[in-house]
Amino acid sequence: MSRLPRALHPGAWWLWALGLATAASRTTNPLLLALIIAVAGLVVASRRGDAPWAFAFKFYLWAGLIVALSRVLFRVLFGGGDTGHVILWLPEIPLPGSFAGIHLLGPVSAEYLLAGLYDGLRLAAMLICVGAANALADPKRMLKAVPGALYEVGTAVVVALSVAPQLVESVLRVRRARRLRGGRQRGLRTLRGIAMPVLVDALDRSLALAAAMDSRGYGRGTGATRPVRLATGTLLVAGLLGICVGVYGLLDGTSPGWLGLPMLLLGLLVAGFGLPLAGRRVRRSVYRPDPWRLTETLVAASGLLPAAALVLTARVDPGNLYPSLDPLGWPGLPLGATLAVLVALLPAWLAPPPVSVLGPARAVAA
Amino acid sequence: MTGGMYGGVIGFEAVTVTYEDAADPVLRDFSLAVEEGELCLVAGRTGVGKSTVLGAINGLVPHFTGGRLAGRVTVAGLDTRTAPPRELAHVVGVVGQDPLAGFVTDTVEDELAYTMEQLAVPPAAMRKRVEETLDLLGIAELRRRPLRTLSGGQQQRVAIGAALTAHPAVLVLDEPTSALDPTAAEDVLAAITRLVHDLGTTVVIAEHRLERVVQYADRLVLLTGSGTAVSGPPAEVLVDSPVAPPVVELGRLAGWSPLPLSVRDARRRAAPLRSTLADAVPPVPAPAPSDPTRGPVLAARDVVVRYGTVLAVREVDLDLPAGEVVALMGRNGSGKSSLLWALQGTGTRHSGSVSVGGVDPAQVPPHRARAHVGLVPQTPSDLLYLDTVGAECAQADIESEAAPGHCRALLDQLVPGIPDDHHPRDLSEGQRLALVLAIQLAAAPAVVLLDEPTRGLDYPGKARLRQLVRALAAEGRAVVLATHDVEFAAAAADRVVVMAEGEVIADGRTADVLVASPAFAPQVAKVLAPQPWLTVDQVAQALTGVRA
Repeated sequence: MSRLPRALHPGAWWLWALGLATAASRTTNPLLLALIIAVAGLVVASRRGDAPWAFAFKFYLWAGLIVALSRVLFRVLFGGGDTGHVILWLPEIPLPGSFAGIHLLGPVSAEYLLAGLYDGLRLAAMLICVGAANALADPKRMLKAVPGALYEVGTAVVVALSVAPQLVESVLRVRRARRLRGGRQRGLRTLRGIAMPVLVDALDRSLALAAAMDSRGYGRGTGATRPVRLATGTLLVAGLLGICVGVYGLLDGTSPGWLGLPMLLLGLLVAGFGLPLAGRRVRRSVYRPDPWRLTETLVAASGLLPAAALVLTARVDPGNLYPSLDPLGWPGLPLGATLAVLVALLPAWLAPPPVSVLGPARAVAA
Repeated sequence: MTGGMYGGVIGFEAVTVTYEDAADPVLRDFSLAVEEGELCLVAGRTGVGKSTVLGAINGLVPHFTGGRLAGRVTVAGLDTRTAPPRELAHVVGVVGQDPLAGFVTDTVEDELAYTMEQLAVPPAAMRKRVEETLDLLGIAELRRRPLRTLSGGQQQRVAIGAALTAHPAVLVLDEPTSALDPTAAEDVLAAITRLVHDLGTTVVIAEHRLERVVQYADRLVLLTGSGTAVSGPPAEVLVDSPVAPPVVELGRLAGWSPLPLSVRDARRRAAPLRSTLADAVPPVPAPAPSDPTRGPVLAARDVVVRYGTVLAVREVDLDLPAGEVVALMGRNGSGKSSLLWALQGTGTRHSGSVSVGGVDPAQVPPHRARAHVGLVPQTPSDLLYLDTVGAECAQADIESEAAPGHCRALLDQLVPGIPDDHHPRDLSEGQRLALVLAIQLAAAPAVVLLDEPTRGLDYPGKARLRQLVRALAAEGRAVVLATHDVEFAAAAADRVVVMAEGEVIADGRTADVLVASPAFAPQVAKVLAPQPWLTVDQVAQALTGVRA
């Protein structure tokens, strides 16, 4: 197994991260959740590169914190926790009859607050797992790994992603230029003064881009008949929808069982028919495709293992995964689940060090 | 590979192109054969159809642009009537005017591979060609860099590389050096000549700045404006061309035949001219009568401009006296634009002071600031948002609290004859620049700042702009031109300020600063060095003096 610096297949990182997120979705145990966040953070710290998107991880951490805190804040705001150990007495604000059933403020119990905190922590952990995948795998390389049939969609996404910053730049430039004319900075007429040059600029750019893509061979030799296009399109969209619903079902522990794994497999099957069919009409090659080697399998497995372990434990012995709030008590640290989550830490050593984007083939100091 | 009936790798056979809504064809009965391995330069005044010729080579005209093409265009035996641009991608590589607008991916390596991916080149071959191209263009150290973080010259070289990886027989470049500073332009041209000499690629270039390219060209296609063209060896075609680089004009003046195309050619012929001029003094435009008691119109002290951690302008002092034209030069990113915007008051100024007649333009509202300092930005069209020239002028009168018709009168003084009902987008670059200048002049500013005003202007357009700028100075205004165009700066400016890394590194009379500089010396100065001549006009005036 080569340990030379290279970019891991983005799919491996995503499978690892989604596995970890699935594990997080199956527990409200704050110790386990903190452990999952720590594992994700450690792997990111040791294996992310120096590309701009790699530094987005801290925004996910902040977002996680905000999610967890706002869950708690809402519990305080909308009160209703008067059973158990009340730790905070707030005056309840009466609402008119039509809002009956909704409390504003009022007594807040420790159980009620903790339930909110645990729930918020779970959401935060899942969010941070997704953030970890984003920091570790170049989102655009992921688009490169999509099958040929989805190439057009991938191109559209890449173009859209590069247009957005250009549009912002254009707005700033025109706004600044507008001041040169001494124009007013507010009002509908100003909007026109800014929108017109920006739109004209955007239109010119899109035309230039379209001409460049045409000149460079985009859309060469794709001659498929209409029924074939229709069939492949339907299969693809249905398959992708199935996959999305399946992943949702898997992540949301409360959804019916058939919505999870069975739906995911069904989606994969339908898309599996559609992709080769659609891919047949695409004559294109991929520059430096990311290979899928043993390391990729191991990284993916190290994320999927905790997922499987926690999903199974949640079925068999949920006690320790959902710590009791009545009676209040310190959550325990279940040995099996802890070990399973710690397995996800392995990529910090298993995965090869990333490659620097700034210099030629330099490894980021690991 | 079989060519058309003219035998070249590119063949235009009696081509007539008419765009929709156009009364007259852009090209009329246009024939041309470009031989394999030639570097063919397409020149002519603005709007004569250079881009149309270039676009027709890979079928963008008419497949993409619309319009009607009669006749036949063939490239390496393929007819553009039957092959749309995408089916010609393996034969013709195209580099547009703005490389950034044509990038599809976001890193250098991916961009180089893009065309090959479309052509389904096997991954192993792709990898090899990308490495070769990185070396060929000297951009190997940039391979993983995001395209947006590259400088203009680097972007242009990446765009050329991206067209080259598909191993096209023909490379088409539209104004490849127009936005570049002299040094970056040299890099790009060196890469292009290497392709022609080492790989035998056929290259077709359209370029306004003939002085940069013409010496490398094997063939010059001069579009005359009536839809037809003269084509042949550059030294012959340039004999009576309306567009010509200074070195050619000097050759015409001195009566050299064949005409010199490069500084080296001219210098070897110039010994007699130098001895004739030995005792003459280069005439300089008389500075406008200034009142020394009044001091400068604009005085800037310790101006600092900073974007985040990047220091764009570092403690710059600048005095602008009335009636003087100052050229602000320096490589891309040296802080020229940032300084102009800071002087105008709209751009950020971190510290320091700017005073125009006792007023700091950054401290007064925008409509008052522009009555002190007027700025025409790099993309003048950012200031235009109405449907017609007339509406823009009327709006400018309201904004400047001027009498109705004032801006229109200014525009007629600058460039007469632009109809009121034209859409600003349909104007030529020069006309649009004049319109924006008129809008800014309507506020009667004492200081006029122009950021890269020569972009897209041909030689007659630049000559017109030079007269305009001199006229503004003669009215007692202070004028600053930020420009890469050394020939224009040499002809128009009284004083040159050179910036590097945000600092002023040279400030003095035009002749003193430009003559000795390797990058910024105009062609005439290089030919006649060590004598301090800057422009052909100066030499012409001196010669009439000597002969009389």
